[in-house]
Parts: sequence; C-alpha cells; structure tokens
Amino acid sequence: MNQAYDISHLLAGAMLVTSFALLYQDRIIAVLNVFAAQSITLALAVAWSAWSGDRPDLFITATIAFSLKGVVIPLALHRTVARLGIHREVEKVVGVGVALVVGLALTALSQALVIKVAQGTASYAREELALALAVILNGFLMMIVRRNAVTQIVGFMSMENGLILAATGARGMPLVVEVSVAFSVLIALFVFAVFVFRIRERFDTIDIEALDRMRGDRR
Amino acid sequence: MNRELLLQVLAQGTQMTLVLLVAPLAVGVVRTVKARLMRRQGPPLWQAYLDLVKLLRKESVLAESASWLFRSAPYVIFPLTWVAAALVPSFASGLLFNWAADVVALVALLGAARALLALAGMDVGTSFGGIGSSREMMIATLAEPAMMLIVLTLAFAAGTTRLAGVADFFVAEPLAVRVSLALALISLIIVALAENARIPVDNPATHLELTMVHEAMVLEYSGRHLALIEAASYLKLVLYISLLVCLFAPFGMAPAAAGIGGWLVGLVAWIAKILFGAACLGVWEVSIAKMRVFRLPDFVGVAFVFAFLAILLSFLARGVLA
Repeated sequence: MNQAYDISHLLAGAMLVTSFALLYQDRIIAVLNVFAAQSITLALAVAWSAWSGDRPDLFITATIAFSLKGVVIPLALHRTVARLGIHREVEKVVGVGVALVVGLALTALSQALVIKVAQGTASYAREELALALAVILNGFLMMIVRRNAVTQIVGFMSMENGLILAATGARGMPLVVEVSVAFSVLIALFVFAVFVFRIRERFDTIDIEALDRMRGDRR
Repeated sequence: MNRELLLQVLAQGTQMTLVLLVAPLAVGVVRTVKARLMRRQGPPLWQAYLDLVKLLRKESVLAESASWLFRSAPYVIFPLTWVAAALVPSFASGLLFNWAADVVALVALLGAARALLALAGMDVGTSFGGIGSSREMMIATLAEPAMMLIVLTLAFAAGTTRLAGVADFFVAEPLAVRVSLALALISLIIVALAENARIPVDNPATHLELTMVHEAMVLEYSGRHLALIEAASYLKLVLYISLLVCLFAPFGMAPAAAGIGGWLVGLVAWIAKILFGAACLGVWEVSIAKMRVFRLPDFVGVAFVFAFLAILLSFLARGVLA
C-alpha cells in the first residue's frame, strides 16, 4: 500500500511540475511538448492507480488520456502551429517570475483548502486531490497570463488533465461521464481550431490583444 | 579515551587536507572531460595544481586605489570556504566537526565569503568589478532563499539540520520514492550551478567578456591573492558536489562508530563519487549554452520554485497544515 501510494504521489507531483513548466516555457513548440508530457504522466498516474487499486475501468481512462491528449491533440496543435507559421514565435508572457510566484501561491492555496475541506477522507486521497486542484488552478492561470490563442488552448487542456487526476484520486468518474468528457474536449479542440483560424483571417495575428483593440475602435 | 580523541582529530584533519587536495583534481577532471568532448587535447589533469603553485610564487600586483579590504579579503575568503568545505561530511559521518556541521551554518559561511568577495570586487573601483559584484548579488538573492528552502525540506524529512544527521537518516531509511526530495535535488543542482558560476549561469572558461560574473569580480587580483581566491572557488565546487553526494547518495559513507577500515571504504567511495560528479558537470557544460544575463533570474528562480514546491509537498505528505 505504501509503495503504491508513493508512486501515485510521485506521478501527481510530476504533473504539478509539468504544469509549472507550462507556465515557464515561452516557446510555443516547447509548450506543446510539455503538454504532451503532462498528458502522458497523467495516463501513467491513472494506469498506476488502476493497477494498484484493482480498478480495471480506469485503464480505459488511461488509454483515452494517452491516445487523445498525449498524442492526437499535441499533434493537431503542432500542425495548427505549423500552418499558422508561428512555430518560431516567442510569446511575451506577463513575466515568468510573476507567473511562477502566482502559481506557487495557488498551489499553497489549494493545499490549505483541500486539507481543511476534505478532513474526513484518507490522507492519500486528500493529497492527490490537493495536487490535482493545484494543476487545475495552474491551468486557469495559464489561460489568464497567455496572450496567444494556441497556448490558451493548452492551458484549457491542462486544466482538464487536472480534473481527470482529481477524479482518479477520488472515487473515479463513471465511464460514461469519462468518455463524454473526453469527446467534448476533442470537440472543444475543433471549435478552438476553427476559432483560431478565424481570428487569424481577420486580424493577421492570433494575439488575443488584437480583440481588445478592435473593441476600443468601435466605442 | 585519549587515543579515541586523537583518532578523531586525525580523521578530521585528514578530511580537511583531503578536500583541499582533491579540489584541484576535480576541477582538472571537469576541464579534461570538456576538452575531450570537444575533441581537444586539453591541459593535463593536474594543471590546476600547477596553476596554484605558479600563482603562489608570483608577486601580487595591487592597484593604486586598492584599500586594506582588497588586500585582506582573500585571507578571509579562503578560510571561510575551507571551513565550510570541511564541515560537509565526506567519508564518515561521525567526525569531530560534525556537531557543528549545520546546513544553516554552511549557508552562512558561504554567504559571508560571497559578501566579502563582492565588496573586494567593488573596492578597486573598476567598472568590471562593479558589474561582477552586482550580478553576483543578483544571483545570490535568488539562490540563497532556494538553498534555505532546500535545507528546510531536508530538515523536515530527517528531523535535524545537522548534515551528518541527515546523511545518517538517509542511509538508514529504506529506499523510497519521494517527490519532495526529488524536487529538492533538482533545486540544489541548479543552486550549485549558480553558486559555482557554472555554464548556464556563468562561463568559468572566459576571461574579459562582458557577460562574465565571477571572473569579473576577481579581475584585479593577481599572484598569491588570486591563488587563494581560485583555491576557494575550487573548494566551493568540491563542497557542493560533496553536499549533493552526502545528502542524496550517501551510500558507502562510514557511520559514526566505524573504525579505520570503514573510513577507508568511505574514502574510496567519496573520492569516486566526487570525480564522477565532476565528470557529469563536464558533460553538462559541453551540452548546454550559456544563458543571457537577463534570463538568469528565470533560471535561478526555477530553483526557488522547485524548492518551494518541495517543501509544500513535504508538508502535504505529513499533513502539517491540517
């Protein structure tokens, strides 16, 4: 039991580290690769808890996480970036230091929160939940501090990774919900992609600030 | 009883001379590995010893504007670093100085040496020295908090800040995967690279370049002063490798009660580990480019973030905040 717990803690911690890496990276290609790494870590974490907890249905979740978010979505985003011709672009973020410090604060916050809220549960479930909440909040933060539409999509997806981690740590989602969430994420990706291309067509850039400027002109 | 004490003093003395003797060799290993990987012949392995001897024999040239601080700083920096290096348990954990081998004391000793060096860098009044000092301080303000957080994480796991105690704890502990310790390890490696002016942060092989940090500070030193400063920087390298080894790979280290046989085994293991660490550093330095100075806060900041995460995770594992 202890060994099982150690390894799941390690994998969840690795996911948190990758979500900090997402905040740190400012090259789009690197962001996509880190996101793929995060998804693969998620798949490993889920598969580990399926194996150690003897819950075979979680293997399906792990397979979905690996194939969809570890391979398909990063590849699709790579192609999008290549077609938009922004693969060499360096994005100006709020400032890496500020983003990282805010991320740390969010991590501490999620920990304090989970420990207070989930007092009755087993300690390992509580820790997994705290880490998952931190990943979710960091995904939020990434969506806030990024200005490029593609990296915002990555922020959204990494938030979803955190959700799956939380669901695994708790009692687990029912499979139907799991599958439907996976597909809605895939559909969201398509919508995002269409949206990104539309933005580009209209403004010649996918910098979200262009939208702000346009609204200013109309006023 | 008396014989016991004598043996203890002897062992501690051995360690102190040992770090001093191994330090130039470790630097030589780093340089040789780098040279060979670049397909150069490189200087001989013992070049650092020859450099030190040469510098010690040369006269020391002082700038006209140099004050007493500039002249006396090397004589304080070197002992401070030497004592710090001697505090880190190398081949045995039960040595005489070990009751004082507190990580916090270690950080304080190194911090004092660094502050003196920065002051000495500004003393002569050349622009290079000032640039070097200001950059060194910028790196230090980020690396030192990270170091303290790492110390806290380890102290939290082992229940003590004494290095020997921490090492004993990890030797006794069954092998387990711990996220917080892994993060602390990465963070400590980054801090070690930054503190030793190694490649992503500073290039130790440069001379007279606008981006240099450590070399810029010591630019005005010559002769025996420079020899002392160089020896101190060699010692610092060994200190950090030794610290990493002692905290994260302490196997082979002799426990407190081991006799001379145990010490010998520990000695061989320690020297092998130090040289291996130096070789790893050489490979790392060849495979990565130096960062721009303005990106350094990001890089060293990562050490801080990892250390903070480490301590948060170890809190979480213990359920402290509950």
